[in-house]
Amino acid sequence: MTSTSEKPAVNGVNVEALLGARIALGDTPEAGKFTWRATNEWLHGTHSRSSVAGYFGLGEEHEHKATFGFESDHPLVFAAEDNAATPVEIVLVGLASCLTAGVAAVAQNRDIQLRSVKATVEGDMDIQGILGVDADIRNGFSDIRVTYDIDADASPNDIEALVAQSQKRSAVFDILTNPTNVTVQVS
Amino acid sequence: MRATTVVVGAGHAGLAVSHYLAACSIDHVLIERGEVANSWRTERWDSLTLLTPNWQARVPGLAYDGDDPDGFMDVSEVVSFIERYARLVGPSLETHTNVESVRQNGAGYQVVTDRGVWHAPTVVLATGACNIPKVPAFAADLPGSIASCTPMDYSNPSALPNGGVLVVGASASGVQIAEEVHASGRPVTLAVGEHVRMPRTYRGKDILWWMDRTGLHDERYDEVDDIKRARRVPAPQLVGKPERTTLDLNALTEQGVRLVGRFAGIADGKAQFSGSLRNKCALADLKLGRLLDTIDEWIDDEGLDGEVEPACRFPPTRVEDSPPLTLDFAEHGIRTAIWATGFEADHSWLDLPVLDHKGRLRHDGGVVSESPGLYRIGLNFLRRRKSSFIHGAADDARDLVGHLAAAIGAPGPGKGGSA
Repeated sequence: MTSTSEKPAVNGVNVEALLGARIALGDTPEAGKFTWRATNEWLHGTHSRSSVAGYFGLGEEHEHKATFGFESDHPLVFAAEDNAATPVEIVLVGLASCLTAGVAAVAQNRDIQLRSVKATVEGDMDIQGILGVDADIRNGFSDIRVTYDIDADASPNDIEALVAQSQKRSAVFDILTNPTNVTVQVS
Repeated sequence: MRATTVVVGAGHAGLAVSHYLAACSIDHVLIERGEVANSWRTERWDSLTLLTPNWQARVPGLAYDGDDPDGFMDVSEVVSFIERYARLVGPSLETHTNVESVRQNGAGYQVVTDRGVWHAPTVVLATGACNIPKVPAFAADLPGSIASCTPMDYSNPSALPNGGVLVVGASASGVQIAEEVHASGRPVTLAVGEHVRMPRTYRGKDILWWMDRTGLHDERYDEVDDIKRARRVPAPQLVGKPERTTLDLNALTEQGVRLVGRFAGIADGKAQFSGSLRNKCALADLKLGRLLDTIDEWIDDEGLDGEVEPACRFPPTRVEDSPPLTLDFAEHGIRTAIWATGFEADHSWLDLPVLDHKGRLRHDGGVVSESPGLYRIGLNFLRRRKSSFIHGAADDARDLVGHLAAAIGAPGPGKGGSA
């Protein structure tokens, strides 16, 4: 990859640690098995609060530096109170956050200095699906579009390649583009 | 039975190793489960041609000398070429002998075959890179009415049921099979994951000619950024036809083949495809652009700009606005699935602690360091980008025989000897 600056790029991503982890996992694949967790509690109406405190990985339990909270609700047009973002919007947030993290990591690895990275995400949905009006219409998104506006020390082709590689390595992109078995049960 | 070296496999790579072993006066035997060039005789579809041009068919001591250097050999011509090479090298050869295991035996090895046991201090595995078709586990969930095969047991379109065909995988085998099956009147849907797009010719020359001339094919395994990834790169979308046509996804779309995303699973009798098709195509287009940039820069550096056709770029891969994410086999009249999802080398018969958790051989450029005296040739990017090509065997065989000779205190093969 080309970089127009002489100085090494500083994007704040510890690529050496990530590459080291990849080599280490080649020898101990078990350590790569992570379990991510969230809890969610109903508040009122369609309003609920989720929290994320810890996860399992590298063979042991970990705690985040703090317990992170997320609220979610539905909008006024759904006759709800709109106390917080809609769950499907949180999914879009997850996708954009994951892709942007990937752009930064790949840029660091390719020694590309980023100045600004902005993404706009749109997801199309026909609510006839969730309302059960038309069985041929799915509940979820019919199409998701992400548009990146990136200012970096790199050619347009190299920026395109950053964004393409970020999708290739993204967990949330994979989650949204491939099927996943989901089991929901009552304890 | 004893030999200094047992070579397992009598294809072009095993014979190239034999050529250099003989040059070093190292006594050896080639053990072959069938006849010389066995996989070419038994595991290739009818219309297959090499994707490398004839001029590139060169092994140590023999180079293509026919009258069509820019043409492409069909399977029978490849078999004849390797047979001719076998006569030239003239090794001690045990055909129709199946190696059942290789075991440690003191400082050397025991090579157990169905026709006796060989004892040798050194063993070279030349058993090919494509022993087992890789088919995803969910293939078992295909509806019972759907016929399925892999490129290894596919022969020609007329052997398939009439009706639609889902070809899974868009590397060399997948695109070649998709084209001929679609042309037979069986409409093809092609599931596309990661792939390598290449034009057949660029600036008036074969793309592989450029890869040779620019040194890309000679790039070494210890020079690339990420050798694990480089070894996983699938075979390029190339086909060897006299007209030297390009067989990329746009060419297939023009012929009426429908592109869908990577085949991700089967649920309720329906195929599910990944929504990543656009990005897979973007990645391949960008990678092709970088390859052409490299070639253009080389031409520029060499001052050859005026002597070859001008630089050009190819249109991006066309992807329909909303490629289907599911496909009902019955509704779409799909009668056959062809799993062109790659191959892997089979090392399960090695009774030695040299395999990783996925059953892959751990080696350093073909030298199995954990098991001194054991070598492997003929894997993807074993020592060089060209390692899996026929013409890639020469340099690798010379290097590995050099290492082997040094290990047993014999004089090496030197630099010469290649055609």
